[in-house]
Amino acid sequence: MAERLASWSHAVRAYLLIAGMWVRSTMTYRASFVLMAVGNCLASALDFVAILLMFSHIDALGGFTLPEIALLYGATCTSFGLADLILGNAERVGQRVRDGTFDTLLVRPVPVLAQVAADRFALRRLGRIAQGLAVLGWGVAAADVAWTPLKALFLLVTVVAGAAIFCAVFLAGAAFQFWAADASEVANSFTYGGVTMLQYPPTVFARDLVRGVTFVVPLAFVNWLPVLRLLGRDDPLHLPGWVSLCGPLVAVLLLGLTGLVWRAGLRSYRSTGS
Amino acid sequence: MRLYAAVAVSGFRRHATYRVATAAGVFTNTVFGFILAYTFIALWDERPHLGGYDQGQALTFVWVGQALLAAVSLMGGGFEQELQERIRNGDIAVDLYRPADLQLWWLSADLGRAGFQLLGRGVVPLAAGALCFELTLPTAPLRWLLFLCAVTLAVVVGFALRYLMALGAFWLLDNAGVLMVGQLLSLFFSGMLLPLTVFPGTFGDVAQALPWAAVFQVPVDVLLGRYAGTGLAGALGFQAGWAALLLALGRLTQARATRKAVVQGG
Amino acid sequence: MGKEPATDDKAFIELDGLEKVFQVRRRAGLLRRERREVRAVDGISFRVPRGEIVGYIGPNGAGKSTTIKMLTGILMPSGGRLRVAGIDPTRDRTRLARRIGVVFGQRTTLWWDLPLRDSYGLVRRMYRIPDARYRANMERCVDLLDLGDLLDVPVRQLSLGQRMRGDIAAALLHDPDVLYLDEPTIGLDVVSKAKVRGFLRDLNAERGTTVLLTTHDLTDIEQLCGRVMVIDHGRLVYDGALDGLHKVGESERMLVVDLERELPPIDDVPGTRVDRVEGPRQWLAFPAARSAAPIVAAVAERYPLVDLSVREPDIEQVIARLYADRPGL
Repeated sequence: MAERLASWSHAVRAYLLIAGMWVRSTMTYRASFVLMAVGNCLASALDFVAILLMFSHIDALGGFTLPEIALLYGATCTSFGLADLILGNAERVGQRVRDGTFDTLLVRPVPVLAQVAADRFALRRLGRIAQGLAVLGWGVAAADVAWTPLKALFLLVTVVAGAAIFCAVFLAGAAFQFWAADASEVANSFTYGGVTMLQYPPTVFARDLVRGVTFVVPLAFVNWLPVLRLLGRDDPLHLPGWVSLCGPLVAVLLLGLTGLVWRAGLRSYRSTGS
Repeated sequence: MRLYAAVAVSGFRRHATYRVATAAGVFTNTVFGFILAYTFIALWDERPHLGGYDQGQALTFVWVGQALLAAVSLMGGGFEQELQERIRNGDIAVDLYRPADLQLWWLSADLGRAGFQLLGRGVVPLAAGALCFELTLPTAPLRWLLFLCAVTLAVVVGFALRYLMALGAFWLLDNAGVLMVGQLLSLFFSGMLLPLTVFPGTFGDVAQALPWAAVFQVPVDVLLGRYAGTGLAGALGFQAGWAALLLALGRLTQARATRKAVVQGG
Repeated sequence: MGKEPATDDKAFIELDGLEKVFQVRRRAGLLRRERREVRAVDGISFRVPRGEIVGYIGPNGAGKSTTIKMLTGILMPSGGRLRVAGIDPTRDRTRLARRIGVVFGQRTTLWWDLPLRDSYGLVRRMYRIPDARYRANMERCVDLLDLGDLLDVPVRQLSLGQRMRGDIAAALLHDPDVLYLDEPTIGLDVVSKAKVRGFLRDLNAERGTTVLLTTHDLTDIEQLCGRVMVIDHGRLVYDGALDGLHKVGESERMLVVDLERELPPIDDVPGTRVDRVEGPRQWLAFPAARSAAPIVAAVAERYPLVDLSVREPDIEQVIARLYADRPGL
């Protein structure tokens, strides 16, 4: 146990070291960094602007008011932004395999995953988190929820668990590249596609699609189920109430599972060299 | 002229070799098509005839959007990264001495790429959308022909915009930020996220006059039959006008950049 | 760090029937795919004692880099046994990483946009090198590899040779027992090549570092390696001193002369033969073991010279001759 803990702390330390190097590297192009950070914030804000434009014509979408949608949107964007910051560049592993630089990661006394996760670490992604938090804050203030400390804690746990779920999706996408680097864009369906979908209420989508993101790729636990609970609404699948509390559990299971997939992928690389 | 045709063909071929990546892109476009289609259905359920579209037209808007996304490079991914890199590492000097026009060269290559992506990444998502939703696609061949013209002009306008942005690398050591902002502008003001006709008041009017409207909104409206007679000529003229203006601006910038490069010795 | 495993200094690197088989899938027709086995490394055995410098050479695709990748733990062998410093690279990749240094010729591990110094700082913390040792090693590398003026320069501004020296230093800060070098002098100018070679010789003499290097440059081998291994089609075809290889291969160097005008082939310089004539340029081959000086003098005396250069025999040629002379190989 102690040994395992030591190796984890070693991995985290290595991650922070490499991330720090990338931060310093990007700071050599300061103007570009500022532009990219603002751009990152705007990129995710535009989705919300589109929602605002929609609400200039309507009062409710799928039965949800603007503050309610802001809550959904803010929660998922913050979670996604955190995951993107922590692990968003792991997908570059495919590029590294192709150009041969992946090998240089394997001859260092540091877990490969820590090195891959920190690859091209980009502080500009704070822009997206900031934007998500701003909308979330507005949603919290404006939505019709009687906030208690317990509910606030629940929201916080939800955002963190949501980030963990998105991390698992990013990790799976990275591992997938050991087998099919050319198909890396498929991962975008689940990451960017997922975050786009979760910005809208589940009532908007076909029942089967909602089932898919609940039971197959459990993105519904990122924000849909917990936020519906906060808003006191039933989910379209009429699941028992305790299911909406399972976010953290789902996150841990998913991370464990994708961790195994990553190891299998790395093993496959080490045996085939491609 | 023969030279540029050959460049275009090689641009087409080059992208045709990425089969798996193309399939992956088609998959992602289709997934996004589904997600956006449902949000549009919800929106048009609340407000039928929003922006002058009925629900079938709105859904057509979504799926044509996914079909054109790669061809008109709304999310970038065309030639601009490569051009920027060549400027950054100085290889551009070699290009400038070639007996071919730099802008025309890249334009031909980009047209070739767009040609492939229109087929490779456009047909399947649109077919998937037409199978699963009720789209209002025209049956008259002439309308499709006009649509093709509008798409070609859209590709040229999109090219001219990105060419201008990539030239920024002559002045900035790291031009990635400029390209990113350019991409955001194109995504939002092309009507890809939401039709520009839904944008309110003056903001909407201004958005419809900007060059990005020529990249996406106009071709879709041509396909949906929103223009007829002189209106149609006006729409294509609007695209052609922006194309000419932006290409000219690109040439001007290129000339200044070249002078600068020559003075600095590459 | 755990206890160091018992090592046998006579077999510091030990390969026993090492194999690597790749499955290659190839498109054969529209949908059909063919599976084919490629034996990249086909039963290689050798031992390298501690402190030896070994040249590992062969044509492209012979299995050189596949072997190195297995020795460093990047790839897992399909068969055979493998030990480096008493460690099984397949199972203990990370532990092995602390004992070895790797320089991949054209893939720098240095940080492009940061001063050279920063890359070393990262190495220090990744390998957890104690302060005193780090300072001593830095001083040594900076001194011998002439890096003093470069430490505060962003890596992107370094020349290829400077970067290679920087990379070699980065691979040595943690005092590895084994150093793998993949084409360490490729693309370098003559001065840089000499510096790199000199440094490697000193390192080996003073620290007893075991060095395994792949190269296309026969001079690297001549000046550094007491022992050469030649690999082809995944098999070891020669293992011994370079002299032996020379004798077997009878390799030649080439004197390239540019004359003032087109002249008939130069046939009156003893010990040479004309290999090629192209207008005013002629190629004179002479045995690699002979000094070029008297030949140059003889040519200069009799012919109107504009320019000349000496080309070292390259590995591919030596190997090609090896085959020509021993067809049964």
